[in-house]
Amino acid sequence: MGYQKYDLAPLTHSIDQFLYSHLSSTWAFLAEMTLIGVVFLIFYAVIGLYLVLAERKVCAFMQNRIGPNRVGWFGVIQTIADLFKLLLKELITIRKADKLLFNIAPFIVIIASFLGIAAIPFAMGLHAIDFNIGIFYIMAVSSVGVVGILIAGWSSNNKYSLIGAMRSGAQIVSYELSVGLSLLVIVIYSGTLQLSTLVESQADAWWIIKGHIPAILAFFVFVTAGTAETNRGPFDLAEAESELTAGFHTEYSGIKFAFFFLAEYMNMFLVASVAATVFLGGWMPLHIPGMEGFNNAMDFIPPIVWYFGKTAFVIFLMMWIKWTFPRLRIDQLLNLEWKYLLPINLVNIVVVALIVLMGWYIK
Amino acid sequence: MKSIFDYIAGIFKGVWSLLKGMTITGKYFIRLDKIVTQKYPENRKKLKMYDRFKGELIMPHDANNFHKCNGCGICEMNCPNGSIEVISDKIITSEGKSKRIIGTHIYHLSMCTFCGLCVKSCPSNALAFSQEFEHAVFDRNKLTKVLNNPGSSLVKDLAE
Ligand code: SF4
Ligand code: SF4
Repeated sequence: MGYQKYDLAPLTHSIDQFLYSHLSSTWAFLAEMTLIGVVFLIFYAVIGLYLVLAERKVCAFMQNRIGPNRVGWFGVIQTIADLFKLLLKELITIRKADKLLFNIAPFIVIIASFLGIAAIPFAMGLHAIDFNIGIFYIMAVSSVGVVGILIAGWSSNNKYSLIGAMRSGAQIVSYELSVGLSLLVIVIYSGTLQLSTLVESQADAWWIIKGHIPAILAFFVFVTAGTAETNRGPFDLAEAESELTAGFHTEYSGIKFAFFFLAEYMNMFLVASVAATVFLGGWMPLHIPGMEGFNNAMDFIPPIVWYFGKTAFVIFLMMWIKWTFPRLRIDQLLNLEWKYLLPINLVNIVVVALIVLMGWYIK
Repeated sequence: MKSIFDYIAGIFKGVWSLLKGMTITGKYFIRLDKIVTQKYPENRKKLKMYDRFKGELIMPHDANNFHKCNGCGICEMNCPNGSIEVISDKIITSEGKSKRIIGTHIYHLSMCTFCGLCVKSCPSNALAFSQEFEHAVFDRNKLTKVLNNPGSSLVKDLAE
């Protein structure tokens, strides 16, 4: 296949071999860990900051405004300036707060999203850890974040925070089901939980095309439930600034607030990249079965561009949803999940099982 | 059976109405020519404020330095913030009657909330809002203004 010319595995292997040939194996291992950690940290910060900027721009354009346009050309360093501002702010400790929990909560939230990013295949051969249970792993670690949110709300000793945290708990526990079940649709189709194999299995066509109606349905359910998972509007009941000031992070200031803020955007990135990887083929170029010339032309675009393009598309979809719809009430939120998404998903799974059994999809 | 149909119809209706909303925001997103934001300091030269914009309180004077204020003090009474002080004066008209006229109409811009009650309540329509909004000064005494021009007088007095 043409896309293999952009395989980054030789590069990563040569770095690996270089380290192992110059250092003892323990040190080489540690050096590799540190290297990957630093790369991810920088990636995390850059992506997080620019997603905030992108959100502000998209939101502005949808409301016929311009958005940030003063700091740097077109406002490109606005969010970096904001970060510096937050870094310089005082970290206020609440007198009757549970100090230990109050301080570790932002770290739990941010580490959860950080762990999730590690398993994403960014391009061919650019994949930090390739678990054979990749999808399961991402779902497991990303749902740890809610523990951080609950702790933040509980330890702030503030009713608004507590209500926000409780709502977020109810919300994430319910929507986790839809996220899992909608991913399961593709897992049944492809027969694997490993993200690299999943991407390879879409070399002929993406699952959203191969899996036709159930896959499309699952994609939209996933995007909806994923938006809810990340506590973004219209499901941002945990923050609900018009009713709960800022919900679970009301009492946080300075960089700890920035952690929550960044984590929200990274969770969005995570959801978008899982959606892109599972439904839209990850870094796999657009291939249409039987059109050799077209497929070869598509192979010239490097996988990393495909990956970021698809992720950006899903992110845009989520922003579009956020800036169009008003916030749901808590009962409407739970109704949507338990009365609509979950039954649809369950029926969908049964249908997919039948389709796979009968081979009624594009193989 | 009917409830099942209702359920499914409800889903389609819901999705349809959501899509309608998304088309509107989607249209706004691509219509960059419809942006309403003004890039303020750059467009200062050609910035045009709207008629209804409440910049600061003024007392319009015509070309012959006539205004319409008769010094009744109603604006002063109606101002919720006490930002207007009307100091009236007395003159003896040609017929020998004593008549109240406006001495100084003092306006404290620093205390005004631009509620517009003074303009609405003035029986002679003597007050208005200008479109001026760059109020920053280095000395707050400059925010206390006298609205009637020196030497100005009431329109009606001319007729008499
Ligand atoms: S501005 Fe109007 S309300 Fe105020 S004193 Fe003059 S006439 Fe009376
Ligand atoms: S606009 Fe309102 S606050 Fe200002 S001077 Fe008139 S009445 Fe007073």
